[in-house]
Amino acid sequence: MGIRQAFLLSMRSIIQNKMRSFLTMLGMIIGVAAVITLLSLVQSFQKEMMKSFDEVGTNQVIVSVSRNGNKLMQPEEMFEVAEDHPDLFQGVSPTVSTSAQVKYGTETTERTSITGVAETYFDLKSLKLVDGRFLQYTDILNSHHNCVVGSYLVSELFDGENPIGDKIKLNGMSFTVVGVLTEESDSEEGSSDDCIYIPYPVAATMNYSRDVTNYYFVATDQDTVETAKAMLETYFYDYYQDEDAYNITTLTQMLEMINTLMGTMSAMLGGIAGISLLVAGIGIMNIMLVSVTERTREIGIRKSMGARKKDIMRQFVMEAGATSTIGGVVGILLGAEATRLIGKLIDLDAAASMNAVILAFGISVAIGVVFGYLPANKAAKLNPIDALRSE
Amino acid sequence: MFGREKKRESKPFDPSMPLIHLKDVYKIYRMGDNEVRANDGISMDIYDGEFVAIVGKSGSGKSTIMNIIGALDVPTQGEYVLGGEDVSRMKGDQLASIRNRMIGFIFQQYNLLPRQNLLENVELPLLYAGVKASERRKRAMESLERVGVADKWRHKPSQLSGGQQQRVSIARALVGNPSLILADEPTGALDSRTSRDVLGFLKQLNDEGNTIILITHDNSIALQAKRIVRIHDGKIVFDGSAEAYREEISHGN
Repeated sequence: MGIRQAFLLSMRSIIQNKMRSFLTMLGMIIGVAAVITLLSLVQSFQKEMMKSFDEVGTNQVIVSVSRNGNKLMQPEEMFEVAEDHPDLFQGVSPTVSTSAQVKYGTETTERTSITGVAETYFDLKSLKLVDGRFLQYTDILNSHHNCVVGSYLVSELFDGENPIGDKIKLNGMSFTVVGVLTEESDSEEGSSDDCIYIPYPVAATMNYSRDVTNYYFVATDQDTVETAKAMLETYFYDYYQDEDAYNITTLTQMLEMINTLMGTMSAMLGGIAGISLLVAGIGIMNIMLVSVTERTREIGIRKSMGARKKDIMRQFVMEAGATSTIGGVVGILLGAEATRLIGKLIDLDAAASMNAVILAFGISVAIGVVFGYLPANKAAKLNPIDALRSE
Repeated sequence: MFGREKKRESKPFDPSMPLIHLKDVYKIYRMGDNEVRANDGISMDIYDGEFVAIVGKSGSGKSTIMNIIGALDVPTQGEYVLGGEDVSRMKGDQLASIRNRMIGFIFQQYNLLPRQNLLENVELPLLYAGVKASERRKRAMESLERVGVADKWRHKPSQLSGGQQQRVSIARALVGNPSLILADEPTGALDSRTSRDVLGFLKQLNDEGNTIILITHDNSIALQAKRIVRIHDGKIVFDGSAEAYREEISHGN
C-alpha cells in the first residue's frame, strides 16, 4: 500500500468519525493557536522595540560621573576626550536635567522638562528646527539665557504664533526663545515635543549646583560603540581609581538585555503553550488506541488479505499524523487571526511570525507521528488469528 | 511496488508436485503444566485442482490446521510446503506475502470491511500486492461480475443480504488469482437455500480448475467436496473420496 493510498484511507476515517476527530483535533487547535499567538505577540513587541531603539540611535553612550572625594570630572575634560578620539566619537554634550513651570504672559504650563546642553547636542541628536537657530558656543560660554523650545510649547503658550525673540519665564528667570524644533511626536504634553533646551551652565545653576554629572556621547557608528565604551572606562578608572564613581551605559547593552529578556519570555510562554501541545498529543494517542481496539477485526481482515506490518503501521500513523496536522493548520489560522485582533486591541503592529508558524506546523506533524506510533505499532503487532476472532 | 506481483509470475510450479504438502505437523499449546496438542502429527498432500473438505467437531483441531494451511499460523513442529515454498518456518511479513499471493479466504462471517464499498473490499488483496489503482479497479470489477453483484459495487456490505455478502467475499478471494481458496464454514451464517447457492458456486469454481479447501463441522456440507479429510483430537482419522466417506458415516462412525 502506497503513501497516497494510506493518506486517502486516513482522510476517510477522519471524515467518517467527524465528531471524534474534531474533538481530538481541538486539543491540537488550541495548543497551536496558543503557541502562534503568544510567540507572535512577543516577537511583534520585540520588533516594535527594536524599531524605536533604532530611532533613538544605537550608537549613543550615556555617561554619569559622581564626585569622589574632591574629584569630579569637568565638562572641559569630557570635550577633550571626545576631540582626542575622532575615530571613536562624533562628539559629546553634557546634559543637565531639570524642570520648571513655563510662563509666557498669563499662560503657564505644568512642569516642563528642561535639559541643559552644549551647542554640540543638537547635531548629535539630529534635531531639526522649524524656525530660528540652535544654541551656540557663545550662549554656553556666557551662560546666555537663551532657549530652544519644542513644538508643544509653541502650540500651548503662543497659540501657534512665531515665538522667536519672545521672552518666557522659567522658575522666574527670563529666557529669550531663539529656536523652535520640528514636531517629533504629536505635540502632546509629556511627549518629546514638550521640552526646552538651555545652556548647561544655566541649568546647573537652576539645580542649585555647579556639578555637571551626565554626558551624552555619540560614537561614530554602531560598531565602535563598545570600543568607545571600553576606552571611556579605562579613562575614568585612571582618573577616579574607583569603579563606582562612574557609570557608562550603551543602548546596545540595553538592546541585548531586552533581547535576552524577550527570548526568555518567548521560551517561557512557548513552553507553557507547548505543554498544551503535549496534552493534545496524548489525547491523539488515547483516541488512536481506542480506534485500534475498535478496529481490531478490520486489522485482522487486512492482515489475512496480506497486509504487512508496515502497511498497518502506515495506515495508523498516517491517520494520527493527518489528525494532528489538520488540527495544527486550523490552529495556525486561528492563532494568526487572534494575533491580528489582539494586536489591534493593544495597538501593536502584530502579525503571525513566520518562524512561529513553521515551528507550530512542524510540531503538530511530529506530535501526530510520534504519538501515533505506539497505537500503530500495537495494531501492526496484532496476531491475525486473534484479530479476526475479535468482535 | 510491483515486487510481489512479479514474484508470482516468475515462480514456476511443477504440477506433478503437491500444491500442499503437510508432513508430521504438530501444533502444541502449553497451558500451565498442561500440553494441548491441537494438531497431533498431521500429514497430507493436496494437489492442484482438488476440492477437499476438512471436517471435524469443534475442538478437533480443524481450525488449527486451517490457520496453518492459510499461513495465518505456523506449526510448532513439522513441515508445510505450499506451492514449493516452505511456509513452516516463515515469520510475520513473509506469511503476509504468502497469504497475499497464494490464498483466497472465504470466512463464515464474510469479514468485509463495513465502511468500504464492495469494489474497495474486493480490491483489498490487490492493494497489498501493490497493483496500481486502475488495474486494481478493473480486476475487482471483473471479479464482482463473476459473482453477479457488479451492479451494486457502490453499496456498503451492510446494504446486502447475507448471501450477497458471501458472494462479495468470494469475489475478493478470487481477485488475486490465488493458488488456493480456503473457505472456513462459508455457509455457517446462511439459510439452506443460499448455502446451496454458495456451495454450487464453489463447485463451479473447482470445475474451472481452482483448488478449494472447505472447512466445516457439517458432514452434509463436507459431502459436497470430492475428497474428505476428517480430523479428530488433532489427528486425521479419515482421508478419502466423498463416496467412501458417505459409506463410512452410514455405518455409524
